[in-house]
Amino acid sequence: MDDGRSATAETRRFEVLEHTADAGIIAYGAGLPELFVNAALGLFSLMVDLSGVRETDSREIEAHASDLETLLIRWLTELLYHVDAEEMVFSRFEVTAMDETSLRARAYGERIDPERHDLGFGVKAVTRHMLEIAHQDSGYRATVLFDI
Amino acid sequence: MTEWKRVLQKIDNQRWLLPQDYKQGMRVPGLIFASEEMLHIIGQDQAIEQVANVAFLPGIVRYSMAMPDIHWGYGFPIGGVAAMRVDDGVVSPGGVGFDINCGTRVLRTNLTEGEVRPVLHELVNQVFRDVPAGVGGHGPVRASGSQIDGVLVNGARWALEQGYAWPEDLEAIEGGGALPGADPDRVSHRAKERGAPQLGTLGSGNHFLEIQVIDEVYDREKAAVMGITGAGQVMVFIHTGSRGLGHQTCQDYLDVMEEAAGRYGIDLPDKQLSCAPIKSKEGQAYLAAMTAAANFAFCNRQLIAHRTREAFRKVLGRDPLDDLGMHVVYDVAHNIAKIERHRLDTHEISVCVHRKGATRAFPPGHHDVPAKYQKIGQPVLVPGDMGRYSYIAVGTKQAMAETWGSSCHGAGRVQSRHAAKRSLEGVDVAQRLLDRGIYVRAQNRKLLAEEASEAYKDVAMVIDVLDDAGIATKVCRMRPMGVVKG
Repeated sequence: MDDGRSATAETRRFEVLEHTADAGIIAYGAGLPELFVNAALGLFSLMVDLSGVRETDSREIEAHASDLETLLIRWLTELLYHVDAEEMVFSRFEVTAMDETSLRARAYGERIDPERHDLGFGVKAVTRHMLEIAHQDSGYRATVLFDI
Repeated sequence: MTEWKRVLQKIDNQRWLLPQDYKQGMRVPGLIFASEEMLHIIGQDQAIEQVANVAFLPGIVRYSMAMPDIHWGYGFPIGGVAAMRVDDGVVSPGGVGFDINCGTRVLRTNLTEGEVRPVLHELVNQVFRDVPAGVGGHGPVRASGSQIDGVLVNGARWALEQGYAWPEDLEAIEGGGALPGADPDRVSHRAKERGAPQLGTLGSGNHFLEIQVIDEVYDREKAAVMGITGAGQVMVFIHTGSRGLGHQTCQDYLDVMEEAAGRYGIDLPDKQLSCAPIKSKEGQAYLAAMTAAANFAFCNRQLIAHRTREAFRKVLGRDPLDDLGMHVVYDVAHNIAKIERHRLDTHEISVCVHRKGATRAFPPGHHDVPAKYQKIGQPVLVPGDMGRYSYIAVGTKQAMAETWGSSCHGAGRVQSRHAAKRSLEGVDVAQRLLDRGIYVRAQNRKLLAEEASEAYKDVAMVIDVLDDAGIATKVCRMRPMGVVKG
């Protein structure tokens, strides 16, 4: 767990994962939409203190892939696109439609304001290293490592 | 660790052979440059295993090599060098990395430490304002629409056309700051849109801009050719790459290559080594896109150098060219793949040299070395950590003969970001540095612990191995006095 940036145990949404050069997350979800939402929250928690992000703007996000792991990469990469291209950060996500190969969602947040936001490090890319989506009794668990 | 020592064969005090029979499927042996002491550190992660994995790639010639700063990377180790025959070899985006043409640039100045010390905070604050670092933040120019294609083709030359460079700058950049063969049409719109606002920005992670002071000169003659006169001289060291444009380009082509590797029947020990034959349409497309991203990075470092010169002008009220002499010593990539001609035994061959966390280190007399460095060899820029020092070295004939004219690129991490943060809990890293005369400005002070000296190898050990091995010749050492970070 990472200094309060993760959720409490009973609503465990994600944990920050330790790795030599970089950082990753383990995200949890009862179902796939929740898993993908929590993975996105985990990703953005590395970049900004989520509690300081206002929901004044939103973006429609779409991703397609041939398998679930790649779909997760594409979803998170699409969010990174908005960080770089539009200087956006997001703190809430709603998956509106999804199956194992496609996803439609809305991401809520605002433009980065270095004066007001408590910013962390930038994430360059979502990698395939250790990438795993596991299905357990209690739901799903995804491990994702980021290049930072 | 003891396990690796059983596997590796000691060649001499700087060289270790990873035998080809270590793993079935290796096409060549591995060659690791390291001291015995460093092997203990290197053996702590999976980097040596990754050296073995790279040896599986079709067309690899001679060795899968690793520099002393080797550490674990995605697929290829960071600090890895591998050359593949153009005729029957492959090119792999993992052999370049996400940050295409991440690299370094050093500027010299006529200033002494004594002149800068009184205005150090003002100077660092000005650079921090003018060179955006960290998450978000856009650069001084937005290359939009068709302009971005100009950047991708012309690199630092684009910056010159726009008035952000001095004509002399270009000859002090690897490949003149504009590598041939770039094709903007091979770079996705997404990649261009990610990069467009970021020209002239540092980014975060281990990227930095430092105001440094020469503290030791090992070779006065070579230093003089670089405009370095002696201890106390102020320098500027820049470390960044191709930002979101390169990251997205790598991401795009990892997908392409994963599919292609399967189709070409290339057997890989790790998916992240996915690749395609250099001569295939996928291989050619990647090379054209990667080269375009590399040119973006040269332009990025050029704009940062320009803004830095202007920051010095604002604070010191002196002309960066005529008065301060802020010439580019050199600018070199350390995440790149290039088609080069090299000697193999008695003949010359064309190879695609992957340098992932390794710089080019061409020798004196090589036609790709700028005219002014013909006699001394190409400058090799080796950043350390923000608490210790960085080096400038030059390439050698030995490097050309043994490592495809390649050398190390930095210190390499020894601690995870978390471990570093934990071990420095309660320590104000910025204050600790300030106590030693190093003023740091960062977007987030809390993150500085992750970049502290403890997290990195001592870069002196890295450069000494290569100097002793004859791969690079040490010229001088610089210590930081001002640091800008994300």
